[in-house]
Order: sequence, then C-alpha cells, then structure tokens
Amino acid sequence: MKSSGTAPSYTPYHPKWYRRRVSTYWWLQRGEYLKFVLREMSSIFGAYFVVITLVQLYALSRGPQAYADFENWLKNPLVIALNAISFFFVVFHTITWFNLAPRAMAVRLGGKRVPDLLISGPNFVAWIVVSAVIAWFLLRG
Amino acid sequence: MAKETQLRLEPLLWMLFSAGGVVTAFLIPVHLFLFGLAFPLGWIKAPEYASLMVLVAHPLVRIYLFVLCSLPLFHWAHRFRYTLYDGLQIKHLNEVINFCCYGGAVMGTVVAGYLLWNIH
Repeated sequence: MKSSGTAPSYTPYHPKWYRRRVSTYWWLQRGEYLKFVLREMSSIFGAYFVVITLVQLYALSRGPQAYADFENWLKNPLVIALNAISFFFVVFHTITWFNLAPRAMAVRLGGKRVPDLLISGPNFVAWIVVSAVIAWFLLRG
Repeated sequence: MAKETQLRLEPLLWMLFSAGGVVTAFLIPVHLFLFGLAFPLGWIKAPEYASLMVLVAHPLVRIYLFVLCSLPLFHWAHRFRYTLYDGLQIKHLNEVINFCCYGGAVMGTVVAGYLLWNIH
C-alpha cells in the first residue's frame, strides 16, 4: 500500500499471512457447502418467477387474445419442467428461510433461549394461511 | 468517496435483501404452483381473463403485485452477487457484477411499475 505525498520514507511492517489457495469448486467438496450454494442459487428461481409474472402482466395489458397465447405458452412441456424445478427451489428457499429465523433472532424468555421450533413454527403456519388466502382470491371466480 | 457511498448503501441493500427473502418465502410458492403448474396442467381451472382484470384493477392488488415483483429481485441481486464473489472468487469483476445485479433489480422494478400503472 502506498500513500501519496507525505509518505514516510520507511517501509511499514506488513506481515503476510499464509493462505491456502481455495479451489473454485470448494462448494462441491461437502454436502453442507453444496446445500449453502443451492440455497443461495434458489434466489435465481424467485427472479425467474418475477420475469414470468412481468410477461403475464404485459399479456394481460395486451388483451384477451395475447393472454390466451401466454397461457398456451405456459403449457409447453419445457416451461412446465422449468416451473417444476423453480417450484422445488422456491420451497427450498422458504424452508431454509424460516429455519434461519431462530438464528437471526435469538429470543430469550426467563434467561432461557426459546426453542428454535417455537420461532420457525409460526412462520410455517403463517405461510400456509397466506397461501390459502391468495389461492382463495384467485379461485373464487 | 466511492467507498463511503457504498458503505451507506449497504444497510439499505441488506434490508431490501431481507424483505425480498420474506416476500419470496411467503408469496411466491403459491403463485408459482398455481400459475406455473396447476393451471397449465389442468389440475385446477384457471381464472378467466376478465376476472383477472377485475383483480388487477384494484389499487391494493397493484401495490401487492408491485412488491411481489420488485423485492424478490433485490433479494436475488444480493445473493447472486455474493455467490459469485465467494463461489467463483471473481472479485476483480466485482463492480461489473454489482452493476448488473442491482441494475437488473432496478430495471425489473421500473418495468413492473410501468406495466402496473398502465394496465386497464
């Protein structure tokens, strides 16, 4: 590191630590690492869903015929397969996200830490309720 | 200077990441299941065009859809950037990656706002 202008004429002591080079494929070496990378990658499928939804909104704004075309496009087996994979990853995100909540928020009651399940549990219940409400709005007619 | 701006932005970006994680976790599975699998495969009868338009006409539904489209993109941007950073160790491309990730999220948000504003 060099500083400009009024730099001291001596060389500051910089210990250089020994660091092992990490392989680019470090995340394939252990199940836990792979799970971590898959969890991070699940966000791609959330973004994919957003793109599909934007296309859907565009089709809706273009009128009934455009929307019928969009619905037909969704019936393409490749799109169905991609949606199935995306659904799997998004649910994986949901589960890992809720299981993370007790780590991010360590609640103590009477000096004792509240069990993880008491924090993640209500999230799962709320998830089911919210999903049911959304489905009801879409399906009621 | 650039460093300082980055430091001040980081909490905001982290908040968007976190909020996006919540939205993705709670809302996307049911949407993706219905529109991506159940309707196209005929497991459940898909809602008609007209009834979807009635739903979208409601301002609260529009706000809901805006949030549903925007926040998961910021969640993606944050996670994707760090996965590239740690996973592939391409730190020298950091600025390009940040620009593409958050730029993509901002662009998606603008498109969502434009579409939802103009739908009728």
